[in-house]
Amino acid sequence: MSDARAAILGRLRASGEPGPLPSPLPALDTAVLERCQWPPAERVARLRKGMEAVHTEFLDATPDTWPNLVRAFCDREELKNLLYGPTSEDGAVLTATWLPDGTQLMPYDRPVEAFKRELFTGVDAGFTGTVGGVAETGGLLLTPGPAEPRLLSLVPPIHIALLRTSTIQDSFWSAVQTLGWGRSLPPNALLISGPSKTADIEQTLAYGVHGPRRLIVVLVDDLA
Amino acid sequence: MDAETAASFRDSAARALSDPQLRANFQRAMDGLMTKRLAQFPDPGDLRDLRHLSTTIRSRSLLRLPELLEQLEVNCTKNGIQVHWAESCEQANELILGILQSKGAKTLVKGKSMVSEEMHLNAFLEGHGIEALESDLGEYIIQLDGETPSHIIMPALHKNKEQIARQFSQKIKDAKYTEDVDELTALARKVLRQKFLEADAGLSGVNFAVAETGTLCLVENEGNGRMSTHVPPLHIAVMGLEKVVPRLEDVAPLYAILTRSATGQAVSTYLNLISGPRGEGEMDGPQEVHLVILDNGRSRIHADPQLRATLRCIRCGACMNHCPVYTRVGGHAYEAVYPGPIGQILTPQMEGVGARHDLIHASSLCGACAEVCPVEIPIPAILIRLRREATHEDVASKVTGKGTGRTVSEDWAWRLWAAVLKRPAVYRLATWFATRFGKALPASAPLIRNWTQSRTKPVPARRSLSERMRAEGDTHV
Repeated sequence: MSDARAAILGRLRASGEPGPLPSPLPALDTAVLERCQWPPAERVARLRKGMEAVHTEFLDATPDTWPNLVRAFCDREELKNLLYGPTSEDGAVLTATWLPDGTQLMPYDRPVEAFKRELFTGVDAGFTGTVGGVAETGGLLLTPGPAEPRLLSLVPPIHIALLRTSTIQDSFWSAVQTLGWGRSLPPNALLISGPSKTADIEQTLAYGVHGPRRLIVVLVDDLA
Repeated sequence: MDAETAASFRDSAARALSDPQLRANFQRAMDGLMTKRLAQFPDPGDLRDLRHLSTTIRSRSLLRLPELLEQLEVNCTKNGIQVHWAESCEQANELILGILQSKGAKTLVKGKSMVSEEMHLNAFLEGHGIEALESDLGEYIIQLDGETPSHIIMPALHKNKEQIARQFSQKIKDAKYTEDVDELTALARKVLRQKFLEADAGLSGVNFAVAETGTLCLVENEGNGRMSTHVPPLHIAVMGLEKVVPRLEDVAPLYAILTRSATGQAVSTYLNLISGPRGEGEMDGPQEVHLVILDNGRSRIHADPQLRATLRCIRCGACMNHCPVYTRVGGHAYEAVYPGPIGQILTPQMEGVGARHDLIHASSLCGACAEVCPVEIPIPAILIRLRREATHEDVASKVTGKGTGRTVSEDWAWRLWAAVLKRPAVYRLATWFATRFGKALPASAPLIRNWTQSRTKPVPARRSLSERMRAEGDTHV
């Protein structure tokens, strides 16, 4: 409907307001955003506090112990299976270290159409990496894609996410700059701060309304 | 306001005020939201700076609106998002129907979208044999009863859990009666997950659209927005044309102030940044993403330098939560898609100031809305402007329905008022009568009735001020 486009843009321009803008525009005063800065250890603590307040659970790990911790969690919760992206770097580590008995590793390696119903009804948990965290408010940054499909962190009732402490940024604003998201973004990028929740009935918080009921962050300390 | 123009608001407000259940539901919710918002802004200096930054970003975006929209279109298209433009709700509805029909879609799951409410999209699609299901829990609850949202963020605010429990047990197959909020939520989860799985298409609104990266930003807690936009093979997003900002960096402060102002949360559960359909090698995500950009009167609002501030709105709902009128009558009394203070300035500008004369007067002009607005929209000043527009036919003004709110009786009342005040002798006579016989005037007399229906009739003083001054020898009066 290009007629509508021309008409709308025409009307927006017709008023002649505000005339030519100064170019370049004076820079925005972002001091209030820049004030959000903490040393690395404090960033970890802040992220944790923010996310625990909305029911996120944490597992403390090191670069060596995390695969075993994920496994131990799955066994403890008696999960039937764990859906993951086998071609991601962290996924490859899981493939290499997973023991065959107990919780089954389930690769998300085919288009969703091939197993949509099973994804919704037969998967106990999903595993993803993260590209960073947000200290100010708590939150994980994810860029789903070919290696880690979008629905891994959404459809299974438990989402297990791997977060390296060195990747935690001060704020979403600083993360956008550090990760270069302002220049280009993958088809999907996410900030996730906890399990799915609602307060639509009498402002009473209830968790697990549409997305995961539980969010488990495997916190890998790689700052040392 | 007079009987001829006292449209819907006064009657529906009176009904709402006499419903103790409704008042209790709103009172509880609003008190909680105000407290939670305040707790998120412990430092007044930070709040001032964040508001100022957010206001500047939104104002500048509006100043560059046509160029930003073109840039958004170019970058979305580059990302594989198909962009459509609609001048009116009818056009937008037809566009969406066309997209759905071209894919043979019969079922649509919806994330929360106030623009789609504005379009009355659900009813339109159902008329064409397409099921449009709301998936936000609050929206789902009200859709089951065929109601409209009473709040833009918490649509089912007017209902308590007993009412929802009854409704679920009657309307959801095999559901047993429960008042437990977790169990009620689980019931909805079960029904809706099945719908997500089977839906042919998903629809969402847009909180912010980023021109430079061609990105649609969706803010939510439940995950139904992600379900609606990631699971079905087709995703259609609808946005008002004012939603665009230049850069993703600009979204950061707006997002921070949106969640804090809306629900008193430092961050929402999800911020979903969509910059394209399923990409090369991806296993999921929709095969097609469409963006419908809706005008519906916004370009006309944009043309007026003062009224343009209306378009800065980021739909947080803080103005409602803090409005002494809204918190007592609730959203339905406004009989408008957007209730509360923002709705009172937006609706008359979209539908005409004469047609919604009732809304621009449903305010005490106390200013609480402007005080909490994260983008500093001067709502009371705009209300006053619209009150003037409703009764004056200013040639330069682009406001629709200007001058149509004028009524013969109000007109005469003001003429009489002016005539009395301009003539000292007549004025003295009038006050003489008022002081001597005002007491005898029945509370049910015309005009006086409007005041006395919910208040005691004021008793005039025995002597007017000028009479007393004259009695004391003051010769200036």
